[in-house]
Amino acid sequence: MTLLRVEHLTMRFGGLVAINDLSFTAERGHITALIGPNGAGKTTVFNCITGFYKPSEGRMALQFGDPAVWDEIEALTERGQRGLECRAGSLFLLERMPDFLVAQKARVARTFQNIRLFPGMTVLENLLVAQHQPLMRASGWSVLGMLGLPSYARAERAAIEKARLWLDRIGLTERADDPAGALPYGAQRELEIARAMCTDPVLLCLDEPAAGLNPSESAELARFLRTLRNEHAISILLIEHDMSVVMEISDHVIVLDHGVKIADGPPDVVRDDPKVIAAYLGVEHDEVSQVEAEVGL
Amino acid sequence: MAAEANNVASRSSLLLALRAAARTALIAFGLLLPLIAFRAVHDIRNELVLETRWPLFAAFVAIAFAGRLLWELLPRESLKIRLAAFARAPGQLLSAAAACLVLANVLRLAAKSLADTDAAIALAFTYLFAFATFAFVIGAVGAWVIRRYPAGTETGRQRRHQIGVGLRTGALGFLLVYPLMLFWLAGSQGSIKWIDNFGIQILIYVMLGWGLNIVVGLAGLLDLGYVAFYAVGAYSYALLAKSFGLSFWILLPLAGILAAFWGVLLGFPVLRLRGDYLAIVTLAFGEIIRLVLINWVDLTNGYAGISGVPRPSFFGIPFTDGPDGFAARFGLEFNAIYRTMFLYYVILVLALITAYVTMRLRRLPIGRAWEALREDEIACRALGINTTTTKLSAFAIGAMFGGFAGSFFAARQGFVSPESFTFMESAVIVAIVVLGGMGSQIGVAAAAIVIIGGTELMRELDVLKAIFGRDFDPTQYRMLLFGLAMVVIMIWKPRGLISTRTPSVFLKERKAVSGAHVREGHG
Amino acid sequence: MEVFVQQLINGVTLGSIYGLIAIGYTMVFGILGMVNFAHGDVFMVSAFIALIAFLILTSWIGAGLIALALVVVLIVAMAMTALLNWAIERVAYRPLRGSFRLAPLISAIGMSIFLMNFVQVAQGPRNKSIPPLFSEVIVLFTVDGYDVTVSYKQIAIWLTTGVLLLAFWYLVSKTALGRAQRACEQDQKMAALVGINVDRTISITFVIAAALAAVAGTMYLVHYGVVSFADGFTPGVKAFTAAVLGGIGSLPGAVIGGLAIGLIETLWSAYFSSDYKDVAAFSILIVVMIFLPQGLLGRPEVEKV
Ligand SMILES: Nc1ncnc2c1ncn2[C@@H]1O[C@H](COP(=O)(O)OP(=O)(O)OP(=O)(O)O)[C@@H](O)[C@H]1O
Ligand SMILES: [Mg+2]
Repeated sequence: MTLLRVEHLTMRFGGLVAINDLSFTAERGHITALIGPNGAGKTTVFNCITGFYKPSEGRMALQFGDPAVWDEIEALTERGQRGLECRAGSLFLLERMPDFLVAQKARVARTFQNIRLFPGMTVLENLLVAQHQPLMRASGWSVLGMLGLPSYARAERAAIEKARLWLDRIGLTERADDPAGALPYGAQRELEIARAMCTDPVLLCLDEPAAGLNPSESAELARFLRTLRNEHAISILLIEHDMSVVMEISDHVIVLDHGVKIADGPPDVVRDDPKVIAAYLGVEHDEVSQVEAEVGL
Repeated sequence: MAAEANNVASRSSLLLALRAAARTALIAFGLLLPLIAFRAVHDIRNELVLETRWPLFAAFVAIAFAGRLLWELLPRESLKIRLAAFARAPGQLLSAAAACLVLANVLRLAAKSLADTDAAIALAFTYLFAFATFAFVIGAVGAWVIRRYPAGTETGRQRRHQIGVGLRTGALGFLLVYPLMLFWLAGSQGSIKWIDNFGIQILIYVMLGWGLNIVVGLAGLLDLGYVAFYAVGAYSYALLAKSFGLSFWILLPLAGILAAFWGVLLGFPVLRLRGDYLAIVTLAFGEIIRLVLINWVDLTNGYAGISGVPRPSFFGIPFTDGPDGFAARFGLEFNAIYRTMFLYYVILVLALITAYVTMRLRRLPIGRAWEALREDEIACRALGINTTTTKLSAFAIGAMFGGFAGSFFAARQGFVSPESFTFMESAVIVAIVVLGGMGSQIGVAAAAIVIIGGTELMRELDVLKAIFGRDFDPTQYRMLLFGLAMVVIMIWKPRGLISTRTPSVFLKERKAVSGAHVREGHG
Repeated sequence: MEVFVQQLINGVTLGSIYGLIAIGYTMVFGILGMVNFAHGDVFMVSAFIALIAFLILTSWIGAGLIALALVVVLIVAMAMTALLNWAIERVAYRPLRGSFRLAPLISAIGMSIFLMNFVQVAQGPRNKSIPPLFSEVIVLFTVDGYDVTVSYKQIAIWLTTGVLLLAFWYLVSKTALGRAQRACEQDQKMAALVGINVDRTISITFVIAAALAAVAGTMYLVHYGVVSFADGFTPGVKAFTAAVLGGIGSLPGAVIGGLAIGLIETLWSAYFSSDYKDVAAFSILIVVMIFLPQGLLGRPEVEKV
């Protein structure tokens, strides 16, 4: 079952073509990895999906609920609408939505390559900000909350409970009342994931979650991501340079180079693809064996 | 050997200090030569001629030299350590307080037997030492509390919390009885000035500071045109009350709503600008509103302003001398102080409402979103927060409180004119928020007291007249010192008096967040 | 038509003054990323320095040789204002470099208030007016009894502006100093690593900005013949508008923006109402910032996520 379908995505910055005619799909309940050398355009793909950049061309559709809703896509495109929400399911054309609506309505959550926590707010507050939308509704857009109605107090308690659950999972309960900026680097990365999870996403986009972690932390992260997928039925789009993590947990791998997709398939197939190796080594792919011989592979 | 080396070292450090001082003096010479040594004045024929002020100029340069020399030679580090130790020792602070008390009394007695000028100076120092006594006693008590109840322990934390609550209750109680106490102490003649200039005036700025704090301190949007909303509130009240005869209590909320409406209107297009751009655009808005108030003479009467603005009544009973007046109705003798006291309580209540609403909002999702916005706007958007409406709500609520304060201001003065709404006014309010420590309500209140109280106090210092001659006008130096203080405070404490942040919610315990983690606004 | 040409001439004169101040905003913004709020007041102080220097000179050498006197006045004003701005950067901004972002802006606002009130206290609150200089005019042409004129002082202002701009242009685009400045704009840490003295480069930027502001200040004094302590704020905001309009960070942009603001202001006063001319300038500022934040010649800024 397809969750996200990216078709002919192109992103230009002036003369620079950061993504060139990229198409791929991400399946529901899968971990889809997006890999490629530095500057390949991976983060740019994330920024397009999450609405931070308006792509120059292309369509990005996300669907959850009953897959039959997919049939509406052409009609939706024709009508120029940004999405469709009905009881059976929802379908969104992400390129037509502003960033906050992608998160709010299409339920895509993300983390950033350079961690973006709220450093001056406590760990707990970070997780509550993530639950802004439901809490806002519970507080009657602040009016009822100002009046001090018990319904809001209940909602807030529930939100704190949910935050505590995630804190327990990442082992940060003890530090709930410390500022996020005071946490060690690895904990900040985990907190950012937990914060994204607190928005109840259907798609979680992680930009290099293992960057800066030591091998044992990376292994733990891989385990964590796998349980997320298995227990929360969440789909993950993962950018990662750490191949051990990618190969271990991903169901599907897409390889980008200079904005172009050069490989797409299960991890063990992609791993041995000469084009991929060439891209990572920075040579033309017919020279791969030569280079490999030189470095003694 | 060692002594000799020491000697050489100290001599060379003296030499270095002298050289630095000479350089500073030279720079001061260059900086002050044109505008201090010379003064362009119009003579009788209205032609510009130069006056020279060499002694004054020489004095300034000498001060620069001596100041720098002292700065270089003082063992600053050890002084700092010793000062910190002193500030933490209750006993020493108490003895300092006692010494100040003795000095104050000696001076007070001396003042009685001195001549005119000297007596005034002596009296000024009496006040100074009395104030110092007070400060040292408070410091001693604080130091004792800190020593007695260390922050690290559970009981210490509880006690400190209790003391904090007690202090706040005490402060509130003091505010409530302040005018009555003055009235009782100084009578109606003596107290009216103190209730008005130091009570009402400060409270207006406390309220404005708290209102702007929502925008600048919480949401991190630097608004340099806040005075525009103050003006909208004031003119709304003045115009509507004069032309429709509506009462203060109807117009107060209306003025707030109008100001909030303007906040949304102005905020909508500009809120996606980055920090300093936003500052300049809001400044431009503030200026435009002021210029329109000046130039739209038909409506606003231009520079001359609107006079005869109806004063607020005691819920329908006017504060006038007559059978229907407040005094007559309550069987009192007519006295202007009743109105002043009433105004005092009105602004006190308004300010407290501002504080209360802000406190509540901070603990609601909207308040957390404001602070999150200040910390990282992009992360907010990734979490599905509509940053435009969130910013707008901060802008509108801040503007609303500005509007309340404005309509109160118009009702209290009975007169409004564009002169009260210059950029300088905005700068003062921003300075209060920043000096207070962005986001901290206690800090903002303290800053308002220091800045407004300080500048008001300068009016009172007749002693300066005694020292510098009759035509010396201390109020001239108010803004000069104010500007200087802004620079100095930014350098000394860029995050304001209270730089820690109190979390809006906690799991186990509420720990203050150190200012080092808290981000500033960025647009 | 004749009114239009006359206003064009006046507008270019005013625009030259705004342009010179605007360069100061743009340069400082380029290198420090801060709006130097006190720059308008530095301009005002420079006009006062020029006034004092002018009075000293004329009391020494009498009313003859005015042209020579003005050259000396210009140089004195440039030097002293440069010293002032150097000191301001040293005292009020340098300690705040790398502090939180609003701190330097607020410090600059404080400095602006200080300078304005310092001049008020030191020189008195009254307007200071000097007798008109070089106000002889050349009649360019006459239509229906309306003379279109240009005065010698206007020509002098254009020439000075032109020459100084050329010199300045050479300085920042062709010399090592200009290179260092551009390097600091890009990345101060990196610039320091490759051996550029960042502190000195920033100081020099402030010095140049002040010198140009002093040229503007002297011209302002000569052109209007009157200064007051409050004359820094409005021209300052207008010059900032010019810098934004031209594209902040761009030097030719600042000049073009200055000319544009000068022209708009004079034309507005001529055709609409001079009451609302400042409203017009402020409105332009807002409109430009909202719809064209990168200005005419600036590079568009893409938000990097
Ligand atoms: N806002 C922008 N403006 C201009 N160019 C951009 C922008 N964002 C990205 N680029 C360019 O697009 C290209 C792809 O960048 P991107 O950040 O997507 O790479 P990446 O695959 O994430 O690399 P890395 O592994 O280093 O994170 C780069 O050449 C980058 O300079
Ligand atoms: Mg990337």
